[in-house]
Parts: sequence; structure tokens; C-alpha cells
Amino acid sequence: MSARDELPVQGAEQTLTRGHVGSPDPRPNARRLLQGRGVYIDDLRLPRLAHVVFLRSPHAHARIVRVDSSRARQAPGVIAIFDGATIAQVCKPWVGVLAHLKGIRSPTQYPLAMERACWQGEPVIAVVAQTRAQGEDARDLVEIEWETLPALVDMDDALAGNPVLHPELGDNICFQREVDTGGIDQVFAQADIVVEETFHFGRHTGVCPEGRAILADYNAAEHSLTVHHATQAPHMMHDIISRHLDIPEANVRVICHDVGGAYGIKVHVYPDEMCTAAIAMLLRRPVKFQADRMESFVSDIHAREHKATVRLAATKDGRILGFDLHDLTAIGPYSVYPRTSGIEGNQVVNLTGGPYRHSHYRARMQAVFTNKNVTCQYRAVGHPIAVAITEGIVDLAAQRLNIDPAEFRRRNLIPDDAYPYAFPSGIRFEKLSHHQCLERLLALMNYEGLRADQAQARERGCYRGIGLAAMIEVTNPSAAFYGVGGARISSQDGATLRLEPTGALTVLCSVTEQGQGTETVFAQIAADTVGISMDKVRVITGDTATTPYGGGTWGSRGAGIGGEAVLQSGRALRANILEAAAAILACDRATLEVANDAIVDRLSLRPLLTLAELGRICYYRPDTLPPGFQSELMVTRHYVPRDYAFAFTNGIQASWVEVDTETGFVKLLGHWCVEDCGTVINPLLVDEQIRGGVVQGIGAALFEECCYDDAGQMLNAHLGDYLVPMAGEMPDIVCAHVQTPTHTSELGAKGAGEAGTAGAPAAVMNAINDALVPLEARVTAQPFTPERILAALGRV
Amino acid sequence: MKPSAFDYVRPSSVDEAIAHLEQFGDRAKVIAGGQTLMATLNMRLSAPELLVDIGRIPGLSGIEVRGSLVSIGALTTHREIERSALLARHVPLLTQAAPHIAHAAIRNSGTIGGSIAFADPAAEWPACCLALDAVIVIRGAGGERRVPARNYFHNLYETDLSATEIITAIECPITPPARRSVFLELARRQGDYAIVGLALLARIDADKLHEVALAFVGAGPTPMLATTAMTALEGRTPDAETLHAAREALTRDLDPGPDLYTSAATKRHLAGVLLGRAIAQLMSGGDQTHGTA
Repeated sequence: MSARDELPVQGAEQTLTRGHVGSPDPRPNARRLLQGRGVYIDDLRLPRLAHVVFLRSPHAHARIVRVDSSRARQAPGVIAIFDGATIAQVCKPWVGVLAHLKGIRSPTQYPLAMERACWQGEPVIAVVAQTRAQGEDARDLVEIEWETLPALVDMDDALAGNPVLHPELGDNICFQREVDTGGIDQVFAQADIVVEETFHFGRHTGVCPEGRAILADYNAAEHSLTVHHATQAPHMMHDIISRHLDIPEANVRVICHDVGGAYGIKVHVYPDEMCTAAIAMLLRRPVKFQADRMESFVSDIHAREHKATVRLAATKDGRILGFDLHDLTAIGPYSVYPRTSGIEGNQVVNLTGGPYRHSHYRARMQAVFTNKNVTCQYRAVGHPIAVAITEGIVDLAAQRLNIDPAEFRRRNLIPDDAYPYAFPSGIRFEKLSHHQCLERLLALMNYEGLRADQAQARERGCYRGIGLAAMIEVTNPSAAFYGVGGARISSQDGATLRLEPTGALTVLCSVTEQGQGTETVFAQIAADTVGISMDKVRVITGDTATTPYGGGTWGSRGAGIGGEAVLQSGRALRANILEAAAAILACDRATLEVANDAIVDRLSLRPLLTLAELGRICYYRPDTLPPGFQSELMVTRHYVPRDYAFAFTNGIQASWVEVDTETGFVKLLGHWCVEDCGTVINPLLVDEQIRGGVVQGIGAALFEECCYDDAGQMLNAHLGDYLVPMAGEMPDIVCAHVQTPTHTSELGAKGAGEAGTAGAPAAVMNAINDALVPLEARVTAQPFTPERILAALGRV
Repeated sequence: MKPSAFDYVRPSSVDEAIAHLEQFGDRAKVIAGGQTLMATLNMRLSAPELLVDIGRIPGLSGIEVRGSLVSIGALTTHREIERSALLARHVPLLTQAAPHIAHAAIRNSGTIGGSIAFADPAAEWPACCLALDAVIVIRGAGGERRVPARNYFHNLYETDLSATEIITAIECPITPPARRSVFLELARRQGDYAIVGLALLARIDADKLHEVALAFVGAGPTPMLATTAMTALEGRTPDAETLHAAREALTRDLDPGPDLYTSAATKRHLAGVLLGRAIAQLMSGGDQTHGTA
């Protein structure tokens, strides 16, 4: 039985319009974007618009001795120049901690550095001018006398407190956590085999096609602030701007226009963006900040940078007994507000070993402060680390036991009939499909065929390898993610559906669109649920003045949570439409149905009344309706998952590579992903999510790294030297789906946004190491550059 | 990412352009395709007072055969070279190297004159000019002079070209049909600057290599002509012993610096690997191959 057959929209109280949910409908907004008619922040032109540019710290760690802006103030077009103290008078500082991450600490952070700068790229002085170019000219004239301080760049130095970055905190530990199910030392001591490996993960970032951008427009007459913002979480920003700038909630409006990619980069509070909003208040005019590519690299959040040592104990017949993990991660000088920089390490602890049945688990993570750019949640937060650690050590165990990696997984993945299932660490799974996914993957990729190809290739000195990576993913987060920790981040979302007089349908949803097709998914659900055709549905997102309240888009929650809100709202609206129809037609409501933009007779499907006619009557001639009847053609419903903290999903990926052992180059020959996001609402969009995610994961594995020198200077802060994955190097990525709908919602959809990024680095790593087995070489430090592979081979 | 203010002129003749350069000296910059200069201007790594746009000067573009030479106008774009049937026939090394230069959109704007003037040791054309023993045609206030490419590249971004001169053409000797060529490079992504690359020409006679020319990309402060390795290969059958000697010779010929991701030692190793592959390709007659190593 396919999940589509299970869909509630075709269940007992069903509509007779079938087919949008589950169909590869093309996205209606693609035409506008492809014709260049999208509207991004930098496209907005407001009267009296001023531009702000930031002078950023050139040093990783330095005291600001003296600032002389006198020459800059005289430069053409300059409107104002602000320092940290001035901005702090109108914008309250923040501290990036959450109550449920016990013991997490961070120093107070201000929009502009106050007395000292703690990373290269930290904003120090804001220059406001008539044009961006004039602002940059004037910025070059600001003179700052710096006293450089020792830069803390190495995570082991940070852990050792050498030196302590924030003396008031006593040491450099931002957050640490331990999980211990007990008895692990004994289990490891008695196990048939124990394997151990240390994995290194480079620091990298999400490179958005549209840089971060904000346009804040202050209206002094009503003490109101309208913020046009490239953000994933407009209501969160609404609340934060209101509280930190002391503007009543009702006087703030946050509007997202088109957002050019986000990947988690645009869900955080950035000091330069808060500063821009404060400047709009101070200058009583609209002010815009558009990050350019070079400043993006030193001010957009970075992610990863972990060093993780993991041990696995197993029996000689290949049964995993337990995992023992120590993860160290460096997060920069501040924990990012309001989501904190403790979440990635926390996820590594939560997810390591996740796909496998095991009885013992011990994990310890530490996040330490350094003088590099801050790190925070980027696509698949913690997953790529946890999956690589787990799958890397699982492959090593299989190799040590001389068991085929696919067979080893078959023996250890949690059985598909074992649910509901809970780990000793407390993680609970509703229902996963590891074995279905594994078998589907092996068939899809022709695993046996590739193994034969691999053996033949080796005979002619060609080294090919297969890497598997099973994974679990956190999606549809409930309030357990942030809300319980005190963050004012909504985990519930809402959808308002309004039938228009012409029979069109307007959908307003609190979940936002950043180019991934969220609005298309909502239109599909709304069309099916109400009984209306797709081309009559218009979706509006990203405006806190008009949409219901909600969390926005992050953590793979858009389809599963926002989609359910749309579904529930559509149900309610359809019921109201049928009531109005019964009143108009003077018949029993139970004989009516909505289908194909009309009210039809439920049995004969004979059209009785178009929705346009129903709209006309309800809006313009309500006088003709029975006395006392009031139509309600606009409804709002909200949804939040309550039964589980998260809707865990699962999947498995495979990578097929050829390693040139003379050059260290890796050629990606093929990539496969089978995943289970529950109900697939739009296969086209889910596959896009998977493929895009896989590419970002391949970026981490082979290309992307923010390189820093010993002084804390980022060495490759431009797209010439920072290598994003490009189409030319990407393999074909084959996607397939197993559908296990979650029963926590009627829609049954779980998230699909993290899967590709979560598993791809591990799959590529395992494939490279599989290729190198005959040469007794292994690589464990991402990205796997040619030089690192040559070094592992002993050739350089 | 906005350039600082500059004045802009678009002369209609070489003499007019040179007059501007004479007046401003090193406070002026010549812009042709803008492949490198536009980025350095926007990053404020370069802040000239005057930009002299030679892009519309007539007569500086085009490819033509002149006796035993092919003359390539300085404003000829990489893309025009890539697509030139004339070059494919007479100087196939250039046809082989062109697809390695950045991406198609960039090849549509970047010019061979700009590449030689900028003299990035990681660029393709400078190494090709060394291997081909091409001549750089330069015009200044005193008239025209011809500088062999092998005397032109002095040091990192330092060439024989003065701040008041303009390159007008590159003259490449026609490669006789018996002389084969191979261009190989190793770049992590298609279109990136290579970690290391090479241009190789040789005539094969009875399994022996003759008239060997070998120049490397990304293996020193300038494009590097591997003269010792050339000698080691000249007149010999490229058997294991000869190849070993040639690879050894590269330690004297090359002087690579490290880049962000690759140490000098790794670059030396890779240069040796490429040499072996290039010769294998040459021997198998693979001069039609455009692929990476």
C-alpha cells in the first residue's frame, strides 16, 4: 500500500478531487523567478533610502584603542557614522544561551564591537551613506588604532584554556554534555573486537546565492519599524526586533520577499542586521544592508569544525554492542543568539549510532570558544558529523571482521518491525524503515554488479570504492527543540485559507519560502483538501502583518508542520463551503461535495453550483441567504507536533568513486539516496531537496573549508579560493523513496531537507576508504583534498 | 565590493592609448576583457586613477596566418581561440588548452593579450607561449618591438612589458603536423586555476622524442620552461629510465610555491605524474584529447 492511498484527504470525509498531493507538480513561482521578476531585498528602492556598510575587524582578537572618523565624516555622501556605544544605546545586547542546554554560557554580545573585537569580520563601525560605493569610500577613511591580542584559533588550545578568551567565564567551555547508559567500560573490555578512529571535520559555511540582507524602515510618526528581511523566521525576528529595539510588538512588521537560499544561514540574529535596524531608528529613515560576498564569508555563520574520537565494540559474528564518543567542536567567540552554538554538538551526541540496535552508549561533547567567526546551525545541523562518525566506524568494524558492509548493516540496523523503539539514551522512534531502504538502495545501485566491477578494476590498477551511509534525521521539531529552553521561537504554525468571491483560494501560511518550493506544496495540499484546482490557489508567506503566527522554515519543518496546518485549515474551509452551499441550494449538506471548483451532488457528481457563484452570493448577495445564516469563507488552523519531540526520518545513501592514486583526485561515478520522509507531497521537490543536499554534503566531503591561519585570518574568503561544489564534478544522483507516514499528523509528512547533506559526506568518505583498502590507506579528515589522499597513500 | 573611483577613457587607437599611459604611468591600468581586473577593482586590490579601455581599438583582434606564423591579436578572446579552425590546424596546443580556461562565459570576455600582460603563472596562455616559443608583439611610444616569450616573463607578475606599453599581438610558429602537442592540467573543479599543468610538444621519430618543448603551469613564480627535463627527453625513447631522469630533472626546473590546499612537495609530485601522463598521451597520438589528466 502506498502512502498516497493512506492520505487522509482521500479518506472517509474525502474530497473528490484527487491527485495534487503526491504529484510532481511544477512550482508556479518558478516562472517569475526564471524571468528575473523575483523581488529580493536589494531590488527594493524606497524614498530617502540610505545604505550602511560595516568596517569589520581586520584582526582575530584586538582591543580598540582609538577610532578617528573625522575624515570619513567629510567624505561625499556620508550621512552618519556609528560606533558600538552609540548603537548600544538603542539596541539591547543579547546572550546566546538556552535553559535546556544545561550549563551553556556565552558573553554578552553587542551589535557593534564595544572595546574589543573577537573575530576577523566582527562589525566595529557602521558607515551610512547615500550609496553603497560612497559608504565603502568613506569606510576606507576611518582610522582605528588597534592593540592586537593573542588569537585563540586551535580547539585543543581552547580546551586547555590557553589563553582564556573571556576571563569572566573562567575557561573557554561554552557547553558540554555527557550521556552514559552505564557499564560501557566492561562491555568494551569483554567485546570480541573494539575499533577506534578519530575524525576531523573542516569548518565550512552555507553559500547563499543571495547574501544576507535587511532593509529597515522606521516611521517616527507612529514609532513603527517595517523590516524587509531575507530571513527564514520572520516572526522570530519580529519578536527580537520588538524587544531589543524597544518597539511595541504591534508596531513592528517583518516582510520576507523572495529569499535567495538560506540553508540555516538566515535563521540567526546577526549583529550587523540588528545594527541596521537600530540605525533606521536613529536616522528616522529607511536603511539597507546587503552583505557582499567577501563579508559574507567572515560574518555569515560557519558550521562544523569538529574533532571526534569514536570507539565501537562488536561481537565476532558482527553484532554491535555499543558506541563510545568524544566530540570537540570550536564555535567562535560567541554562542549565536537565540538558537545557541551548542545545538550542533548536542545533535552529534543525540544522533551518533542512531540507525543501529545497540545496548550501550557513552558520549561526551564539548564546545569551546575561539577567535574565529561564530558557528551555528547550518543545514543538517550535527547530522553530517554524527553520520560520518557512525558510518566510518561501522565500516571499519565490518572490515576488521571481514564482513561485507551491506551485510554488516543488515545485521545491525534496527529491524523494521521493532517500532516504537527507544534507545538507552532516551531517543524515541515512531516508525522507521532502515531495512526497506537498504534493500531498495542495493537493488537501485546494483550493489553486486558494482562489487564485481570494483574487483575487475582493481586487477588493472584502478581503485574504485563503494560507500554506504545509513542515517536518521531530526525533522518536524516540537517545542522540545527551542521553546522549552526559553527561546521565543514558535514550534507551531498556522494557515489561513480564504475563498475569494471568484472562487479563487488564498492561502496565508507562517512557514516561509526560500526557493525550495514550500508554497507549491501548500498549494497542492490546499487544492486537494478544498476541492479546487491548483491554478486558482495563491499562496502568501513571509509577512508578519498578514500571515498566522509561526516558526518559519528551519529544521525540516515546512511541509510536515506548515503542510498539516494547511490541511486542517482546508478541511475546515471545505466544511464551511458546504454549509453555505446547503443554505443556498436549500438541501441537506450531506448530499453535497466540493470537486473541481464546484459544489456537486455527492452521488452523481453532477455540478450544482460553481464556487464562483457561491462566492458571489455569500459576499455580494447575503441578503438572499436564509435568515440567521452567516457564511465563514475564511478559516485559520494551527498545528504543532505533540506526541514526539521530533519526527525522526531515516534513509541511506551510497557513493561510488574512483580514486586516482597517483594524483589523489576523486572522481564521483555515482550517488544514490533512498530515504523515507513519510508522505511525499511533491516528488519533484523532494528529489530537488535530496539532490541539493547531497551536493552540499559532497562539498563538505571534497571541497569546502574555511581555511584560517595561526593568527585567525580566514585565508579563502572569496569564491575563487573557497571551493563550492560545481555541476561539472557532480555525479548523477539517483533518488528513491520509501513512504512511512507519521501518524502524528493526518498529512503524514516528515521533513526531507536534511537527508542529502546528512549522509553524503559519510558515503563519499566510506567510498574513498573502500577504494583504498588494498593499499592499506584511510582518510578521516574532511575535506578529502588530493594532498590528504596522497599523504594517506604515503606518496607525499 | 564597489571599486574606488577612477577616471575612464576609451581610446580609438593604440597611439592614443599609449599617450594616456605615458601621461599617467603606473597610475593607469589597461583594461581589455576585464577577466582579472574587474574582480581586483571590486575587491579594491587595485585602485587606478585612470582606466584605459582598449577593447574597441580596431585591428587588435583576430587570428591570421602570416607565412610560418599565426598571429593572434591581443584582443582575441579565449573563446575565439577555442573555436578557431585555423588554430586547430596550425597550433593545436592552443585549441587543447583553451577549454581549461575558466568557464565559457569568462572565455567570452577574457583575452589572450590580457592573460600575457597579467602573466599569472597559474594561467594557461603564458605556459603555452613558452612551449611554442611564441613572440609577444609590444607597442610603446618608441614603436613596436618583438620579445620572445622565453625572455618575457621575469618574475611573479613581472614581465618585459612596461607601464606605458601595450601588447598588440602574439605570434606563434605554426606547429608542423609531425610535431604533436598535449596540454594537461590538474584542477579540483573544471575551470579553476590548476594546481599544476603542462604544455608539451615533441616530434616522434622511430619512438624517439625530438624538438621537445615542455612548459609548466602553476609550478613557479612564472610559467616554467622545463629545460633540464627537455634535454633529458631529447632524442630518447621515453622508456622508464628516461622518464625517471626527466622527472628527476623537474626538481631543478620547477620552483612551485604552496597554495591553500597543496604543498610545494605535492605540486612537484603532481608535476612528475603529469609529465608521465603527457608523454604517454603523446606517444599514443592523443593530441586530439582535451580532457584533464
